[in-house]
Amino acid sequence: MAASQAAPAAARLLLSGNEAIARAVWECGVRVASAYPGTPSTEMLENLSKYPDIYAEWSVNEKVSLEVAIGASMAGSRAFCAMKHVGLNVAADALMTLTLTGAAGGLVIAVADDVGISSSQNEQDSRYWARFAHLPMLEPADSQEAYDMVRAAYELSEEFQTAVLLRLTTRICHVKGMVTAGAREAHPSKGFVKDPTRWVMVPGHAKARIPLMFAREEKLRAEAEASKLNLVAAGADRRVGFISCGPAWMHVQEAFPDAPALKLGFSYPTPLEKIRAFAKTVDQVLVVEELEPLLEMEMKAAGIACHGKDFLPRAGELPPEVLKPAVARLLGGGPAPAAVTADPALVFPRPPTMCVACPHLGIYYTLAQMKNVTIAGDIGCYTLGAGHPWNALDSTISMGASMGVAMGLDKGRADSDKDRKIIAVIGDSTFMHMGMQGLLDITYNRGNVTVLILDNRTTGMTGGQDSPGTGRDIYGDPAPRVDFVKICEALGVKPERIRKVDPYQLPVLFKALREETKIPEPSVIITDRPCALIGEFKAQPSYKVIAEKCTGCGNCIDVGCPAISVSRRETAVKASGKEVLLQFVDIDTAACTGCGLCVQPCAPEAIVLAAPVHTIHFTKS
Amino acid sequence: MADRITNILVVGIGGQGVMTATEILAEAAISLGHDVKKTEVAGMAQRGGVVSSHLRFGKKVLSPQIAPGEADLIVGFESAEALRWSHYLKPGGLVLMNTARLVPPVVSGGLYPYPDDPVAEIRARGLEVHAFDAMAIAKQLGDARLGNSVMLGAIADYLPFSAEVLLEFILKRFAERKPEMVEPNRRAFAAGRDAVAALAKSGKATA
Repeated sequence: MAASQAAPAAARLLLSGNEAIARAVWECGVRVASAYPGTPSTEMLENLSKYPDIYAEWSVNEKVSLEVAIGASMAGSRAFCAMKHVGLNVAADALMTLTLTGAAGGLVIAVADDVGISSSQNEQDSRYWARFAHLPMLEPADSQEAYDMVRAAYELSEEFQTAVLLRLTTRICHVKGMVTAGAREAHPSKGFVKDPTRWVMVPGHAKARIPLMFAREEKLRAEAEASKLNLVAAGADRRVGFISCGPAWMHVQEAFPDAPALKLGFSYPTPLEKIRAFAKTVDQVLVVEELEPLLEMEMKAAGIACHGKDFLPRAGELPPEVLKPAVARLLGGGPAPAAVTADPALVFPRPPTMCVACPHLGIYYTLAQMKNVTIAGDIGCYTLGAGHPWNALDSTISMGASMGVAMGLDKGRADSDKDRKIIAVIGDSTFMHMGMQGLLDITYNRGNVTVLILDNRTTGMTGGQDSPGTGRDIYGDPAPRVDFVKICEALGVKPERIRKVDPYQLPVLFKALREETKIPEPSVIITDRPCALIGEFKAQPSYKVIAEKCTGCGNCIDVGCPAISVSRRETAVKASGKEVLLQFVDIDTAACTGCGLCVQPCAPEAIVLAAPVHTIHFTKS
Repeated sequence: MADRITNILVVGIGGQGVMTATEILAEAAISLGHDVKKTEVAGMAQRGGVVSSHLRFGKKVLSPQIAPGEADLIVGFESAEALRWSHYLKPGGLVLMNTARLVPPVVSGGLYPYPDDPVAEIRARGLEVHAFDAMAIAKQLGDARLGNSVMLGAIADYLPFSAEVLLEFILKRFAERKPEMVEPNRRAFAAGRDAVAALAKSGKATA
């Protein structure tokens, strides 16, 4: 058990928001917790799986994870469910009916927005869901508040018999701060109470629940107006009063310590009367909310004058260096004081790379060689195939989208594209999450798509979580491992159109891709090598370059392995008179784990094992 | 304890131990009763991307982020990264950096140049720099993985608490997980500390 799990009550701990939430969820006597991994939310469930007396699971996707939490709540237990912002899009179908049924056992849904887009396909404001679903929302500003608000959320949930949304951002989930821990309280399940008018949402029952939902929202509005989570920090400089929520609150406090400020911790239903009263105490109001101008629009609709996105950006975070010049402009003082330092130095970008010996390297090397193809990508480490040096992906939309997008690319193709090959690339965990339905669509509607399932036996991008494809559950205990071949067969792919290929064998992979893309029917190629960062990966003896043999052709560079670097460049003139750039390479033998991918395209055989292979001699002593 | 907040920015690339170094600094600060916040701008750091880890401590820390121009100390685990983040230093602050160069594929592949002399560029901005080859020291001590402790040793005399407190928390970590690494890390810490002390004494910016 890690330190945060073993710590006694009253211990002061340095915890990330995610760790603080896990601790609080456990202390609140929650019995069932579920999630699908997604940055920045992943560590909540990872941590919860290390606590005793709570059931935790990696669900196959966010919709299922929310449904599991709903079922546990129906059963009378406290339940918890965590997801990233785009996960709640997936879970929204369940969410929008959950708001009608309400919760029995306390139910808290943590949703983590990736403000600033550090590891997501979009940036979106989950505060809309509170309004859309008429659910209360709490927004912590640091780890201690995240911990405290979990406790407040369970109390609210049970008092008002509703799910509660806990809105986080990357700057809450991944920031570490001091938290005072408490003790676990037991909340035994109250038991399932049969009540079809509440739990069976057929039209007649649902219609009857709608007025109850609105009545609940009004009661919650009164609760928010009175809540101690919405508080005013006094300040003498009344030229601008700030209204803020989430991590932006800390930035406001940091940048303007002398200004009055209203913090909305219980941010929906919006406590408009508290806001109105605060606004009267200051010369003008600036709403500091990350992303959308939700509070700003609601205030303006209620006739409360304020500024917001007329001075502040609509995308990204709002740290002090963004706030200070904006407020200077608002006060009409001209430009903000000049920065004390120069502009950032112009340094090359350092985009994330694939790992040394990553099994995806060979796949993208091969895909990059193919002509007249359109390749629909998906969400995971393998999205990096869109980058240098492969530039192999033509789309990335959402979890599982490679399948449907490929289908549309096939059916919508122009006459000029009639010979174009359509390929979809998806990882094992993403295929389990939302890819299977897309493949079913391809087989059912007879699409001409070749699907690559990159089975690296883990959920790589989020740090190596288990899934139905790994044969282990969240605790690392054995679980049934999905057979990808059988699943594809069951989804309607002909058995002879399903191949398993070793992605380290470049000629085999190329041949399989060439053959399957020629045949005008659905086909699946499953690549089968473990992620280079997990226990199943076995490093092999490393390679080196014999400098005298390297001809500078650069073929090995196209593999994209970060252990290979260019040691020298030369321009040579061919017999034809054409100039060519020669790039001589070196291999970082200490980093190389001997996958052998770069050896295969090396014509002059300049890449060899770094150390001679020792043969073992048995001698009599 | 003064109300002033200490801002330390540790930068490098994924896999270099930047986040662990900041974590140890945070533990040391907490042991002295400071409030602490620590945040990373990591992106997809696990994959060799840029990592910048912000550590703020003092009586009461509000925003977890260090603003540009407000870092007391920048600890650069890699040369170009120290340059990339140098505008975060406040006037009178110090950049302590490893001169090791880790060249990414976009540079190796010829798409972008690596700065010729990152140390000189930082100095040209009027900033104080102590630069030394932490990797070489670690390798001399027999293990490149000691580079992290060499770097922490290098900054140990530039913190608002004693070097011994920091060393205690480094060694505690190894005592729990890899006891055989306690002595090598003690030596690495001392070597980093000595390297920077020699630099400061000689008045040169680079070793």
